[in-house]
Amino acid sequence: MRALKHFIRSFTLWELLQGLAVTGRYFFTRKVTVRYPEEKTPQGFRFRGLHALRRYPDGEERCIACKLCEAVCPTKAITIELAERDDGSRRTTRYDIDLGKCVFCGFCEEACPVEAIVETRVLEYCGRTRSDLYYSKEKLLANGERHAATIDADKALDAKYR
Amino acid sequence: MEEMIAQFGNQWFGAAWPSLWLVIWTLIKIIAIVAPLLLSVAYLTYAERKVLGYMHSRLGPNRVGPWGLVQPIADGLKLLLKEIICPSWANRRLYFIAPTLAFAPALAVWAVVPFSDALVLANIDASLLYVLAIGSMSVYGVVLAGWASNSKYAFLGSMRAAAQIVSYEIAMGFALVAVLMVSGSLNLTEIVHMQQKGWFAERGLSFLSWNWLPLLPLFVVYFISGVAETNRAPFDVAEGESEIVAGFHIDYSGMAFAIFFLAEYTEMILVAVLTSLIFLGGWDAPFAGLPDSAWWLIGKACLMLFFFLWFRASFPRYRYDHIMRLGWKVFIPLTVVWIFVVGIWMLTPWNIWK
Repeated sequence: MRALKHFIRSFTLWELLQGLAVTGRYFFTRKVTVRYPEEKTPQGFRFRGLHALRRYPDGEERCIACKLCEAVCPTKAITIELAERDDGSRRTTRYDIDLGKCVFCGFCEEACPVEAIVETRVLEYCGRTRSDLYYSKEKLLANGERHAATIDADKALDAKYR
Repeated sequence: MEEMIAQFGNQWFGAAWPSLWLVIWTLIKIIAIVAPLLLSVAYLTYAERKVLGYMHSRLGPNRVGPWGLVQPIADGLKLLLKEIICPSWANRRLYFIAPTLAFAPALAVWAVVPFSDALVLANIDASLLYVLAIGSMSVYGVVLAGWASNSKYAFLGSMRAAAQIVSYEIAMGFALVAVLMVSGSLNLTEIVHMQQKGWFAERGLSFLSWNWLPLLPLFVVYFISGVAETNRAPFDVAEGESEIVAGFHIDYSGMAFAIFFLAEYTEMILVAVLTSLIFLGGWDAPFAGLPDSAWWLIGKACLMLFFFLWFRASFPRYRYDHIMRLGWKVFIPLTVVWIFVVGIWMLTPWNIWK
């Protein structure tokens, strides 16, 4: 009896028809594709993208060259050199991040005592050579100025969880 | 118009004109078949990617032109501009003949395919035989490609393809034997005409008089063998990516590769059209009162092609020994038994093919 059942099932291609029914049903489902440049997936305010160095509202740069970010960086992407400035404060003379090495873990942002280095939501950037992805202090500060509004808003959203 | 051409030809070429005109007229007809065919091949690749995408809940190509409609043109241009590489230890002559040998039979078969009552390039008596003969030639291209590439993957792929095509050719041939038993003719136009009459056709439901219903097992066997013949999923062991990378065309690039691609898709369309002609009544309208036209044939072929794509989206690749088992131990006995059934049926008073 079982053999007969098996025979009928295999000769009517029952299981194959079931498979076809599944794909046939999916043919009409809603499509999940995001048409990227026109549509974008939602982004959280903690998104870790391109790095930026921030300034205080009076224009003074936040970074005090404590080198915690350099120490915590798992891929050693950050290079810092420092010197005493004319007014006696401790400042960086060099603050480079090699984005070719960076894994966007966000540890530098966590380690920073003054919230100077942050990762912005920007993810649409590129470099055609390796040196394009080597961000110097000037470029990072410029990033901070360009995206200041979003960075401040995101930091405010995150503040109550810290 | 015709008279003007004849007058002009006689003036310039004299007595040689009638035979010359025959050549020109045939060439025009060939172009009229091949050009739309190649266009539909291009758009079949587009349809395939769209259908596969939709069945994966994706959108498929949608970047080039509106809804991605220019995508096949862009693909063709890309392949046309790519460098054709010939491996240094390959047999150069065979290596470049192989794609042509795969493509030429796929096109040559179209000479006998009727599109409607009068629309056929060569209405020869044994057109079904011609289809089978030329259709199985395409395996030479595959085998030569694998051999000439001088690579073990290509060779394995072509060996698999050869064994598979040859085995399924037999099942396919047997399935067609019953068809020509009931139609009493090897001519494709006649086969369609035979399907237009019957008990149901007289009552207006001609789609029940087509061969697919009385010969249902053979219809299924023929179509599945057709899928296997064209090396399509789930029978695409000849190019199993996970096992032998791309099979017989692994070393081909650019236009040489594109020709293999064209051959595969032309054969897909061919199998779909032949299935519609032999089992689905060709250009016959499904209900009485609707006009018969080539559009019915095209519609039926499109349905069959959709099945090709649907299969590809649904089924995992068969293991090689399973393919051989299905071909030799299931399809061939099944078709032979059904030939006997049909033969006995035709001798009884309930014979429906008189």
